Amino acid sequence: MAAAAETVVSQAEPEVLLAGHGITKRFGSVVANDDVSVELRPGRILALLGENGAGKSTLVNVLFGLHRPDAGQVVIADENVELSSPHDAIARGVGMVHQHFQLVPPMSVVRNIVLGAEPRKLGMIDVAQARRRVMELADRFGLHVDPDAAVEDLPVGAQQRVEILKALYRDARVLIADEPTAVLTPQETDHLLGVLRGLTDQGVGIVFITHKLREVMAAADDIVVLREGRVVGTTTPAQTSEAALAELMVGRAVDLHGDRFESGATGVGSAVSTAAAPSDEEPTAEAGERPVVLDIAGLCTDDDRGQRAVDELSLAVSAGEIVGVAGVEGNGQRELVEAITGLRHATAGTVSISDRDASGARPRQVTVIGVGHIPEDRAKHGLIGSYSVADNSVLNRYFRRPFAAGGMLRRDRIDSHARDVVATFDVRTPDVDSPADSLSGGNKQKLIVGREFSDDIDLLIAAQPTRGIDIGAIEFIWRRIRERRDEGTAVLLVSAELDEVLALSDRVAVMYEGRIVATVDPRTATREEIGLLMAGAAPGAASPAADG
Amino acid sequence: MTLPATDTNGGTPGRRVGLGPSGWSPQRMWSVAGAVVLVALVWGFYAWDGAQTTAVLGGTVRAATLLVLGAMCGMIGERSGIVNIGIEGQFLMSAFTAFTVASMSGSLFLGVVAGVSTGLAMGWMLAAMSVGLRTDQIIAGTVLNIAALGLTSFFYDRGRSLGQPKYQSIELGPLADLPVVGTTLFNRPPLTYLALVLVVVLHVLLLRSVWGMRTTAIGEHPGAAATVGIDVIRLRYWNVTLAGGLAGLGGAYLALESVGTFTRAMSGGRGFLALAVMIFGRRTPLGAYAAALFFGFTTALQGQFQLNDTFDIPAQFVGMLPFVVTIIVVAAAGLFGRMRDPAALGQPYEVR
Repeated sequence: MAAAAETVVSQAEPEVLLAGHGITKRFGSVVANDDVSVELRPGRILALLGENGAGKSTLVNVLFGLHRPDAGQVVIADENVELSSPHDAIARGVGMVHQHFQLVPPMSVVRNIVLGAEPRKLGMIDVAQARRRVMELADRFGLHVDPDAAVEDLPVGAQQRVEILKALYRDARVLIADEPTAVLTPQETDHLLGVLRGLTDQGVGIVFITHKLREVMAAADDIVVLREGRVVGTTTPAQTSEAALAELMVGRAVDLHGDRFESGATGVGSAVSTAAAPSDEEPTAEAGERPVVLDIAGLCTDDDRGQRAVDELSLAVSAGEIVGVAGVEGNGQRELVEAITGLRHATAGTVSISDRDASGARPRQVTVIGVGHIPEDRAKHGLIGSYSVADNSVLNRYFRRPFAAGGMLRRDRIDSHARDVVATFDVRTPDVDSPADSLSGGNKQKLIVGREFSDDIDLLIAAQPTRGIDIGAIEFIWRRIRERRDEGTAVLLVSAELDEVLALSDRVAVMYEGRIVATVDPRTATREEIGLLMAGAAPGAASPAADG
Repeated sequence: MTLPATDTNGGTPGRRVGLGPSGWSPQRMWSVAGAVVLVALVWGFYAWDGAQTTAVLGGTVRAATLLVLGAMCGMIGERSGIVNIGIEGQFLMSAFTAFTVASMSGSLFLGVVAGVSTGLAMGWMLAAMSVGLRTDQIIAGTVLNIAALGLTSFFYDRGRSLGQPKYQSIELGPLADLPVVGTTLFNRPPLTYLALVLVVVLHVLLLRSVWGMRTTAIGEHPGAAATVGIDVIRLRYWNVTLAGGLAGLGGAYLALESVGTFTRAMSGGRGFLALAVMIFGRRTPLGAYAAALFFGFTTALQGQFQLNDTFDIPAQFVGMLPFVVTIIVVAAAGLFGRMRDPAALGQPYEVR
């Protein structure tokens, strides 16, 4: 702003790396950003906190030149700028680490990093120079990654380091990280936060978008909370608490943590629970006496590349208990769920559900036995995006009465069922004829949960049930899962979010390299113990109540 | 025969495109082993019947030249994310204009220029439809095929002849005196040499140049390419258009060097066979040339069988040989190492 002119000559560190002053952005009648101001200074991490739809992405898209603001001023390095495209922002030293990595999977790390700004020799890529510069950057910022590996062969955390290197290779002084931890495991998250801190030590400023409170408290220097397109709070971790931030974000009191320590099944904060389950001081003490619903013995299956992914795994889930599977992603959790639900061929072992042999059963047979499945990837496996909400609400049962008779679908029954689901599960949609694609992530997930819950099920398999959705919806889904458990359904929960596993589970099974390495009691085990087990430390080292 | 077989793995686009030096992959070892066996076989046959072996090998190279030009046209498109099933039409139309211009002007060179220009124009049409208008790419290619067949049939002038000899062989000095390879590779007409040079040059460009890397990027993940400032639409336009020039050269080769005249529908499905060659060659020029030689060999062998009356069965069955082999080979290739297509193949790209 006014100060820009005075400092522009000095080559020294700018006072403000990146700022938006009074940014307003409308999409049609929707005001996505309403007079939003943020400021990032060198060496600091600015956390933008807010639920999905709060306007975080719009704001950074404006700062990165993807959207032009309707009002307000973008400032980069103390200079007022007009950005007409991301290239303008990149040229001024602003880099973006996208949530969906912008990497070319079969190409090598070096090639991905230099793509678009290649060192050349006679039109050929100067391989040696490219490699040298990438290695220098990697060393300087402590971002270790094999320069010759194909990106598709790298774990997610390493791919993210490539994304960061890509921005640094373009001399980024500002890094905008859009939900960078959404795809990471707890260990990778900790590593990333360390890397970001290392970057700020060298004067880089970071805008960190998230809806995870713990990370904000752990990593941020400054916090800006957005709600419904407005800044509702500007603070620092020292001045606030997780609870206060959650309240700012949602606009009312929320309680997601701590519940398992108080009463296993309260589920949601007292302030919001509309149907606070009064029961269950000790919901799981007698789990052993309840009938076993899911019984897996010696199960083996391979991943898509033909490698053994689940290795002689045995696990039992009884009626009325939630068993949480914790583990670093890629340790066979996906394949386990797919093998149980009939989506993947098991190479050995048995699965029995409600005392019926379900080994090798097809997905429909598994459904008919009485299994609900919330799949990991809601867009790919949970819903058919172009189908209406109504059709999606009966995907698991459209072929049966009352939804079909004589090979014909009965629209009236399907529609009225869908309206029930929408009302009961608080799915925000204009009507049941809208395509499922038009719903937000949280509402899609509520639709899936509604569909899977509206039948009589003995077993619920919930894979990453709250991935990438806002706190309000998480709260709702957690409460529903707990209610089901209290009604006697057996629940197998698979989640990459350790917090989620700890908050919901009655028992936690830790999965490592295709096996259950330990089963621990979430009320006594610590995050550190479980973290060690997830990293493959021997069960004895952490002394949990191992039985797996 | 040995040149391409030793290096089919120069870099496979669907798989790793690494930079660093690597040891011998199993794939490379198999390639080398195959090449050694092949050389031994050729040597043996040459010792047994020199004239026939040379004839078959000559026919092999002749058939392979057209196939590899089409395959290179296809692979540039596919690496950029655009399926081109219009190669057949590009061949046919270019053969027609090359022949007509050469016949009217009396210059084979002008004929080649006309053929290549026609290929470029048809490439541009494909780009306009599938990149610019985001038409379904299969339909866009089919449009080219149908248009070429219709137009060339309509304007086909039965009485017209080339009025001069077709392109003749040029001996490459002492190289042409070598046994086997001398007559097969170093005593060929000019467009064959040009095609060989293009195979090598394009191979290096695709796997090592900035252009090649960006081309791979827009075919695998156009969104990522766009975020680093690559103009996806523009590059796709250029690539598909220029690739059409290669098919145009193929058409000119067909009319002015291979056959020496134009006949109705003379491309005879080889534009489609070129796509099989491209896939079998893993979308690399050297790989495609090896595959083209293989398919060319079956064609030449079949011709020699018919000439010699080797088998006492109707000629039509012998004539099926290349196609039967195609089916077997493509099926076998599918069973063994499956290759992944470029991830964005067939998907129109839209600027946000």
